[in-house]
Amino acid sequence: MNALMSLFRTWQLGIKSLFLHPMRSALTVLGIFIGVAAVIWLLAIGEGISQKAQEQIASLGARNIIVRSIKPPLEKLGDSNVAEFGLLRKDFNLLVNTIPQIEVAIPIREMKISFSFGNNDMDGRLVGSTTDYFNATKLKLAKGRFLSPADVDKNKDFCVLSMGIAEALFPHDDPIGKRVYCPTNQTYYEVVGILRKRTASAGIGGSLAAQDYSRDVYIPITTLNQRVGDVTRRFQSGSFYAEKVELHQATIQVKTMDDVLTVAELVKDALRTQLESGKGDIDVIVPLELLEQAETTRMMFMIFMGLIAAVSLLVGGIGIMNIMLATVTERTREIGIRRALGARQGAIQRQFLVETITLSIVGGLVGVAVGLLCPVTLEWLRDTLIENFPEEMESLPAEVRETVPIIVPISIPVSFGIAVLIGVIFGMYPAYRASRMDPIEALRHE
Amino acid sequence: MSNIAVRAENLGKDYVLKSETVHALRGVTFDVPEGDYVAIMGPSGSGKSTLLNLLGCLDRPSFGELYLGTENVATLNDNGLSDIRSKRIGFVFQSYNLIQQLNVVENIQVPLYYQGKVNRTTRKRAIELAGKVGLGDRLDHRPQQLSGGQMQRVAIARSMVNDPYYILADEATGNLDSKTTDEILCLFEELNAEGKTIIMVTHEDEVAARCRRVIRLRDGHIESDLPIEQDRQKYHYSMPTTEQPEDEEEDVAVTQAQAVTSDGFSVGDDELVIGGSSDSHDEPEIEVDIDE
Repeated sequence: MNALMSLFRTWQLGIKSLFLHPMRSALTVLGIFIGVAAVIWLLAIGEGISQKAQEQIASLGARNIIVRSIKPPLEKLGDSNVAEFGLLRKDFNLLVNTIPQIEVAIPIREMKISFSFGNNDMDGRLVGSTTDYFNATKLKLAKGRFLSPADVDKNKDFCVLSMGIAEALFPHDDPIGKRVYCPTNQTYYEVVGILRKRTASAGIGGSLAAQDYSRDVYIPITTLNQRVGDVTRRFQSGSFYAEKVELHQATIQVKTMDDVLTVAELVKDALRTQLESGKGDIDVIVPLELLEQAETTRMMFMIFMGLIAAVSLLVGGIGIMNIMLATVTERTREIGIRRALGARQGAIQRQFLVETITLSIVGGLVGVAVGLLCPVTLEWLRDTLIENFPEEMESLPAEVRETVPIIVPISIPVSFGIAVLIGVIFGMYPAYRASRMDPIEALRHE
Repeated sequence: MSNIAVRAENLGKDYVLKSETVHALRGVTFDVPEGDYVAIMGPSGSGKSTLLNLLGCLDRPSFGELYLGTENVATLNDNGLSDIRSKRIGFVFQSYNLIQQLNVVENIQVPLYYQGKVNRTTRKRAIELAGKVGLGDRLDHRPQQLSGGQMQRVAIARSMVNDPYYILADEATGNLDSKTTDEILCLFEELNAEGKTIIMVTHEDEVAARCRRVIRLRDGHIESDLPIEQDRQKYHYSMPTTEQPEDEEEDVAVTQAQAVTSDGFSVGDDELVIGGSSDSHDEPEIEVDIDE
């Protein structure tokens, strides 16, 4: 109790001494405050970005394996006029029928194409798939219905529009029941449903690059095979190119998460050695693996941020030491008086240490407070920027534009603790210097 | 007066500067009984400061013994000396040496602080002492709001707060004008009259003249140690005309009675006395025969 009281008095005295030079104390605090706030901000922003990335990966489905056809470079295609590559239907069926852990497998074909209705037209992407596609990609309906299994079975000329296409082609009308025209193939598809807007994200493309869902038109894959066939032609820079692709992508959903990696290995192995398709033109993407990679990246990021923060706190600490050394010299006389009036060396040491620690605690507290303001401040900053520089902001990647910082709870006690620790460590030497002064010399000091 | 406040036996101090040894104090022996009021004088280089540091327990002697009361402090370590300073010695310095960030009451309590016993009782005592030195209305003033004389009064109150064996005053009036000097010396006289032991290190005869006894140092030795009248006869300087300690016993009795009845001296009381003293104070007659 007595010791506590004495500590309290020392602390009280420390505060009074610090208020003798409010400006100097404030500047000293600034060093620590910036360090602590930086730790919290950097980690919050990092966490925000990494959560966004993880959400995107998770939206691919943690139980999914994505088998994606890649167009090989032109010189590899040989003399043939038709670029033939990608996953074959029979291999797809073989995989689905041999691997028992597979729950659902979704074949996908897609092509860039333009759509029109009346006088409106719009470039977009025609996607052929099955009903399961909508579940696997977690697309939501705004109106109407998805394609049904019956539509797929019977090669119906039905389509589901994404909001972007629907708005472009039908600015005033209700699209349901209307027929969208594809000039390239001279085909018509009747609209049965419209999807809700979805922010661009990593899509069926499977790479982590943002994928735009806003211009997709979905039709049954059977219809696509029948109407368009496997070979697509495109007129490009003066000559025709043809591509023969049976499946652009297969999304395989495994029954349990534990099986994902096994099945992925199996699929990769089969593609490498046994199947006809897949001469280096097929990529197998495992979102779970990506998730794990993202976790590793996050750890690296954390360590990196930790280093930056450590450096800034170190600088803050050196700042504190510098100021305290100057303060000790300046207060030599006071030290002499206190020693003459009976202060032991330990008491002097404690006094200066308490002052340093007080500075770093205040710095830490202010830093934590400012750190907690991070989400609010960034939101305000983003709103202001969007308002004043809409085009520049639009050109930024979505990850930057839409990231919401998430404060990592552990960063608060850790950064605060480190700040106080810095105070103790860097306060030690000045306090020691103060305590070792000869009282007679100190009293004589002007 | 039988108890000893401080006793030095063959007390000496050597300083080693490079290869040379300086004998600052070559073994001095004296007693200061309780209630005494001693001036220590001497030209610079006489060992005056060294003796002051030893009496203040700021330094350790190279040889000899130093007793505070019955305790030999010559061999104490740094912590021991610190404790003695906080419990047994009252310091009054030339430049007041108050702590800027503390107010009057807090400054008075500083020695107690380092004994770890600052509380309501000690605060009350500090307020009493502030009243006694005439600063009852400035309790929460900071040093920078006070005049030199007022600061020295705070320092004097501070020197008494731990009920020390003796008050050690180092050129306590050196920074003050003659009027304030007189006020402070009157305060010392009052305290001495109440029984406080005071050791005053000074180089001014007119300050020494108001003590009871003068120890003169020269070259690290005691040159003379005489009661004030004999010292004055030997060194030929005039006494201040007022406040002469003619009849000690009566004087003590009178001042103590006054202290009890008027519950501490106010500034007003002091000023009355000063008015009387400064009129008849004839400085030109003072002969200083100490060289340098």
